[in-house]
Amino acid sequence: MSNFEYASAPESKAIANIATSYGLFIGGKFVDPRKGKSFETINPATEEVLSKIGYADKLDVDLAVKSARSAFTKIWSKTPAKERGKYLYRIARILQERAREFAVVETLDNGKPIRESRDTDIPLAAAHFFYHAGWADKLEYAGFGNKPKPVGVVGQIIPWNFPLLMLAWKIAPALVAGNTVVLKPAETTPLTALLFAQVCQQAGLPESVVNIITGDGITGAALVNHPDINKVAFTGSTEVGKAIARSISATNKRATLELGGKAANLVFEDAAIDEAVEGIVNGIFFNQGHVCCAGSRLLVQENVADEVLEKLKARMSLIRVGDPMDKNTDLGAINSKEQLKRIHEITKSGDAEGANRWSPECKLPSKGFWYPPTIFTGVSQSHRIAREEIFGPVLSVLTFRTPAEGIEKANNTMYGLSAGIWSDKGAKILWAAKQLKAGVIWSNTFNKFDPASPFGGYKESGWGREGGRHGLSGYLKSDVKASK
Amino acid sequence: MIIDGSESSLKKFLAELSPVDQVGAEARAVMLATRSIKTTSKAWAIDTAISMIDLTTLEGADSPGKVRALCAKAVRPDPTDSTVPSVGAICVYNDMVKITRSELDAIGGKDIPVAAVATAFPSGRASIAVKKIDTQDALDAGANEIDMVIDRGAFLSGKIGEVFDEIKTIKEICGNKAHLKVILETGELVTYDNVRKASYLAMLAGADFIKTSTGKVSPAATAPVVLVMLEAVRDYFALTGSRIGVKPAGGIRTTKDAIKQLVLVNETAGSEWLKPSLFRIGASALLNDLLMQRMKLRTGHYAGANYVTVD
Repeated sequence: MSNFEYASAPESKAIANIATSYGLFIGGKFVDPRKGKSFETINPATEEVLSKIGYADKLDVDLAVKSARSAFTKIWSKTPAKERGKYLYRIARILQERAREFAVVETLDNGKPIRESRDTDIPLAAAHFFYHAGWADKLEYAGFGNKPKPVGVVGQIIPWNFPLLMLAWKIAPALVAGNTVVLKPAETTPLTALLFAQVCQQAGLPESVVNIITGDGITGAALVNHPDINKVAFTGSTEVGKAIARSISATNKRATLELGGKAANLVFEDAAIDEAVEGIVNGIFFNQGHVCCAGSRLLVQENVADEVLEKLKARMSLIRVGDPMDKNTDLGAINSKEQLKRIHEITKSGDAEGANRWSPECKLPSKGFWYPPTIFTGVSQSHRIAREEIFGPVLSVLTFRTPAEGIEKANNTMYGLSAGIWSDKGAKILWAAKQLKAGVIWSNTFNKFDPASPFGGYKESGWGREGGRHGLSGYLKSDVKASK
Repeated sequence: MIIDGSESSLKKFLAELSPVDQVGAEARAVMLATRSIKTTSKAWAIDTAISMIDLTTLEGADSPGKVRALCAKAVRPDPTDSTVPSVGAICVYNDMVKITRSELDAIGGKDIPVAAVATAFPSGRASIAVKKIDTQDALDAGANEIDMVIDRGAFLSGKIGEVFDEIKTIKEICGNKAHLKVILETGELVTYDNVRKASYLAMLAGADFIKTSTGKVSPAATAPVVLVMLEAVRDYFALTGSRIGVKPAGGIRTTKDAIKQLVLVNETAGSEWLKPSLFRIGASALLNDLLMQRMKLRTGHYAGANYVTVD
C-alpha cells in the first residue's frame, strides 16, 4: 500500500430489525390498510427492497384523523402539561438508547452516510424532544398569554431528506403544546417513522396521540383536505407547498410551510479561506445536497475566487463517495431514481447554458442512484442552475466585485431560506446579515442546527418557523383575553 | 526568494496570510478524528507510525544507560518480531548525542538519525551566542538533526525579524550536516493565527521541519494545531515547490492518537507527506502502545504491558 487507503469500515446491519412489512400506525397499533394496498421501500444505495409498506388511502386517513381527534378530546388536551413533558423526555431517552439502530435504519432507507445519521440526524432528533420537553411546564410564561391552548389535530407531512429529524421537528412541539398528530413520512423513507411508532408504544404514550400513515402525494392531499384537521405542517417542495396553501385557503386551517431554497454562501476577500472552503463543502455536499437550506450558490469575491476555487477543487478530490454504511463515506446515494433524474435534467441545462462543469475523479457504484460532487463555474444569475433548486451535490459558483453587489445577487432569488457569510471582520458580518433576506443566516459556519434556534424562510421558502419559541407558537392558540 | 529578509518584508508577508477561523479549524479536526481505520489500513498505519517516531528522552535524569537502552529499542522495537520497522530517529539532549550515535552505530542502527534539542531548549531564553555554541556542540557530537526552539518572547512582542534571523543563523550552522527542525511551542503561541504565521516564518528562514512543541508545555500537539501546520506546508509547497516536514510532539500516547495524526496528514497535506522524511511524531510512550496494537492485529489477542519492553 503506497497510499493511505482506508480499508472498508462498514457499520453492522445486524442491529436493524426491519420487518418484512408494516401496516399503518393508527390508534396505538399497527393496522392493515383498509384496501390492503402496499408499496415497497428500497435502499437507494443498492436498490434492494427493504420492506413492504402499507398504503393509506382516504378511508385510512379518515380513520387516523378520527383517532387523533378522539385522543385530543378525551386524553391529550386534558393531560397536564407537566405530564406531557414526561412523555417527551421518555421518548428522547429511548431515541438516545436506540440511536445506533435508528442511524442504521435511516442510512439504509435514505442513502445518507452513516457518519451523518449517527452524528447529526439521530442526536439532533433526540435533542428536539429534550428541548421541547423542557417547555412543557413553562408554556404559560412563554409570551403566548396566560393559558395558551393547543390548536387541535395536526396533519404533518415530512420529506425524505432528514426523515427522523423532520419527524422530531414536527411531533415534539405539537405534542408538548397538547396537540395530537397524524404524520405522513415520505414515500421513499418511511422506516424510521415506523420505528418511531414503536418508540411511542415503548414510551407508553397514550394511544392515538401519534398516528403515522404511509403513502404518496395522494395520501398527503387526503390528509391536508380532511375537514377535521386544524393545522397543516408541511416540509417539502415549494410546488407542493403552494398547492397546500391553495387547498386550505377557504378553511380555518392553520399552516406552517418549510419549502425550497437556493441559499447564497458569500465568501468575502477577508475570509479565513481554508475554513471557508470547508464550509462550502459542508454547505452543499452535506447529505448529498438534499438540504433545503443547502449553500447551493457560492458567491465569492472576484479577487479571491481563483484561490478559493483551487482549494475547493483540491478539497473536493478528498470527498469519499460510496457505500453509505461505510463509516468513512462522506457522500452517499441519491435518495431516489426520480431525484437523480431531476438532478441530471437540471445540470444538463447548466451545460447547455454555457457554465463549466467540474467533478473530481470518483468511481460510482454500479447499482443504486449516484451523482458525483459537482461544481459549475462561469455561472450567471440568469442560468437555471443559479435560480432553481437542484437538491443534489451540485454547486453553482458566481462571483461579485463589491460587498453591495454580493448582497444584491444573494437576494436576487425567489427563495429566502438561508445564507452564509464568510469574513474575518465582525462589522462586515453584521452588516451583511442585516442586508440578506433569509430566515437563517450563518456566519463562518454552515448547516448548523439547534432546537432552540428558529428555522424558516422568507418569500417562497415558506411560512412560519420551526424550533425555538417561535416554532412553538405555531402549535398554540394565544390566550387573547388574558393578553388584552 | 519571496521576501528579502527585512522585518518589514516579513511583516508584510505574514499580514497577507489568510486568517484561521478557530471554530472552523477545530471542527475540521474533530471531523477527521471520526475516520475509522481498520484491518489492512490499520496495520499499514501502525508500521508507518512506528517508522515515524522520534523516540525521545528529555529528562534531567537521562544517563548513558538509559540512552543505550533506548537505542536498542529504536533499532528493534520488538525483539520477538523482526518485521517491526525501526523508529524514525532518537531525540536526546546535547550531552547524550555522542553516546547515542556510537551506540546506534554499534548495534546496527547506522541509518537511524540522532536528533539533538539545541538552542537553550526548552525555553530558548539565552543569548544568540550561547545558542550558536549549543548548536555547534550538538553537531560536533554527531547529531544528524537539530531540534531548535524559537524565541517565543520575541515572536509575541512582534520582533519577528529577530526570530527569523535566529532561525537563519542556526540553519547556516547546520549547513548540509544536519536537518533543522524548528519548534514553535504552539502552547505558548496560543492562537492558530500565530501558529500559521510562525510556521511560515520558520519555513521562510530555512526550516526542514516545523515542530509543534517541546513536550514541556501543555497543550502540545493538538489536532487543530497540527492541521494548521499541515495546511501551511501544503500551501508553502504550492508557493515554492519545496516540501517541508511536520513533527507533532507531546501528548501523542496511543495508537488511536497516532492514527488520527496520519489521517490529518493524509487529508490535509496529502499522502506525499506520509513518510518519515516529511512527517515525524515526537513521542516515548507511544511506541509500546503501537507494538501492543500490532500484536493484537496479528494474533487477535491483547498482550499485557509486560509483553513489550519498557525501554
